[in-house]
Amino acid sequence: MDLAFSPADEAFRAEAREWLHAHVPRAPLPSLETEEGFAAHRSWEAELAADRWSVVNWPARYGGRDAGLLRWLLFEEEYWAADAPGRVGQNGIQLLAPTLLDHGTEEQQARILPPMASGEVVWAQAWSEPEAGSDLASLRARAVRTNGGWLLTGQKTWSSRAAFADHAFGLFRSDPDAARPHQGLTYLMFGLRAPGVTVRPIARLDGKPAFAELFLDEVFVPDEDVIGEPGRGWRIAMSTAGNERGLMLRSPGRFLASARRLEELWRRRGRPAAARDRVADALIGARAYRLFTYAAASRLLDGESVGPESSLNKVFWSELDIALHETALDLLGPEGEMADTEWAERYVFALAGPLYAGTNEIQRDIIAERLLGLPKGRR
Amino acid sequence: MRFLLDAEQRAFAASLDALLTAAGTPAVIRDWSRGDHAGGRALWSRVADAGVFALAVPEAYEGLGPRPVELAVAFVELGRHAVPGPLVETVTAAALLAGADPGTAERLLPALASGEAMATVAPEGAHALDGDAAAVRIAWAPGRIRLSPGHGPVRPSLDPARRLTPLLPGGDVLGLPTDEALTWARLTTAAQALGVGLALLDRTVGYVKQRTQFGVPVGSFQAVKHRLADAKIALEFARPLVFGAALTMEPADAAAAKAAACEAAYTTARTALHLHGAIGYTAEYGLSLWLTKARALRTAWGAPEECRALVVSATGDRRW
Repeated sequence: MDLAFSPADEAFRAEAREWLHAHVPRAPLPSLETEEGFAAHRSWEAELAADRWSVVNWPARYGGRDAGLLRWLLFEEEYWAADAPGRVGQNGIQLLAPTLLDHGTEEQQARILPPMASGEVVWAQAWSEPEAGSDLASLRARAVRTNGGWLLTGQKTWSSRAAFADHAFGLFRSDPDAARPHQGLTYLMFGLRAPGVTVRPIARLDGKPAFAELFLDEVFVPDEDVIGEPGRGWRIAMSTAGNERGLMLRSPGRFLASARRLEELWRRRGRPAAARDRVADALIGARAYRLFTYAAASRLLDGESVGPESSLNKVFWSELDIALHETALDLLGPEGEMADTEWAERYVFALAGPLYAGTNEIQRDIIAERLLGLPKGRR
Repeated sequence: MRFLLDAEQRAFAASLDALLTAAGTPAVIRDWSRGDHAGGRALWSRVADAGVFALAVPEAYEGLGPRPVELAVAFVELGRHAVPGPLVETVTAAALLAGADPGTAERLLPALASGEAMATVAPEGAHALDGDAAAVRIAWAPGRIRLSPGHGPVRPSLDPARRLTPLLPGGDVLGLPTDEALTWARLTTAAQALGVGLALLDRTVGYVKQRTQFGVPVGSFQAVKHRLADAKIALEFARPLVFGAALTMEPADAAAAKAAACEAAYTTARTALHLHGAIGYTAEYGLSLWLTKARALRTAWGAPEECRALVVSATGDRRW
């Protein structure tokens, strides 16, 4: 058992740190949930990609550095410590790309991954529907077979980044007669500006269009935009939800950096005793999440899988994120109300954590049933 | 970087678990609570034979250590089985004595390593744990440690298995205290608390699967599941803090581990008590052995606030 990184890993960290120090914009970019900010963040993705820092763990042929899991974690620590901009490409990079790398064809990988890495094509996720949130298997939007492809019809909602993104990916019901709700689903990609697609931006709490509703009316998707076998979409989506994504949805580097910034804020405000324990808990929580992730990464590198343990992560980081940002706003006092600050932006972002990617209640059910072995019951 | 216990460390945990499971620990704990130390001493010597106390003692004094990771592994198991006695204090005394003058270390440490003697330590003026059972009693003041000649009357703890004794004044001054000793105390308390929490969770999960109400196991109710899921989360995120502190032996890391593990164990204790209902509130039911310990460990060797204060006052190039 050790926490020491190899000289080569440390050299990688140092190279990342140096590059970030030279390139991170001095002033924060406008919010990526605005049109102007989205464009600025897209340019930042291009700048990252130009020196192959946008997707360090991908294969080199698609713009990555073949960096592996540990170096990805180190890169993320440096990235957030450098106060670099939020990643507008993350839905594609963290959710779709691993799926394509595991289940996509080589043609799909070569066509889709490089422009994703550069920010030229930004992806939105399209999982949720008005009647299907955490109970994703109940989704209704359908894919109907047509000559050379599929026609998508239905409604998707809470689609993060879709107000300004280029493409989206999600599950569609391709066999309404399948025996079980998890069966007969197909994993498809579609263009947000394709004929038949209507995007209605939805403003989140602070008024910024962070997500959108998508209305699909016989949107044509060619066969080459189906991922994996038609009808097997659920299994494909869940397999990528397994190992690495459990770690990759939110890397510890983000919380380490935020906790350190909170500590600085607390010091600058004269170390008020009333907030001391909350600041300490943010630091302790960030350290716990970091070390937990190193343990999980060590297991993955040993060839083990993580599986339902990723539900522990999800609840932990989402609650840590909110507590940390609430503390910051409280420390700021009346200034904490100002909506145009980095703290406020991050606070609003954090508020969504327990709701998306499967609500924390669903995660607790998974922990109780699959990790503790408690009997299934009515929800 | 491989932040996982290796096969040997896991085997060590499993062998201690087997030893303690076979030892009839609950009866030993109840005897200890009444001041009958015979069973506890026998168990202590078996734990020592497994090498536990030697891990805290340098090789120069007939020990195997110091080996904080293995010690943390051992203390999780000692906590899981609610083993009574001045466990943390013996390790802490070993750390203090290792920094004392060589003559004193040579005279006292081999007996701690072999399990022949128990030790206790307390800040000057505070109550020491199990002073009536310990052969070595150290009073710890800023600037000096002192070998107390004896102990005063036993006062009960909220945890009946913890017997608290004042230490008598006088006795030889052994030298200067070392700061590391407090880190050892916090690390082993944190590991012990983690073990206590894990045992409480295990037993409660077992109970709610069997106990039925409204015709179904209470463990099928979402309200019950979610409390246990939260306990699981708290414990699983305390675990890496404990082993991370064992690797660095930084005071702030040990304080963080202590705060998180003791909070996790205590929250789990509250959940365990609630989900057991009235049976859990009785002294005769075995759960009480862990419930009360979770409360006592929380304030031993640094209350949560004290540990948190250390976390925010830590300086230097911390990559937390």
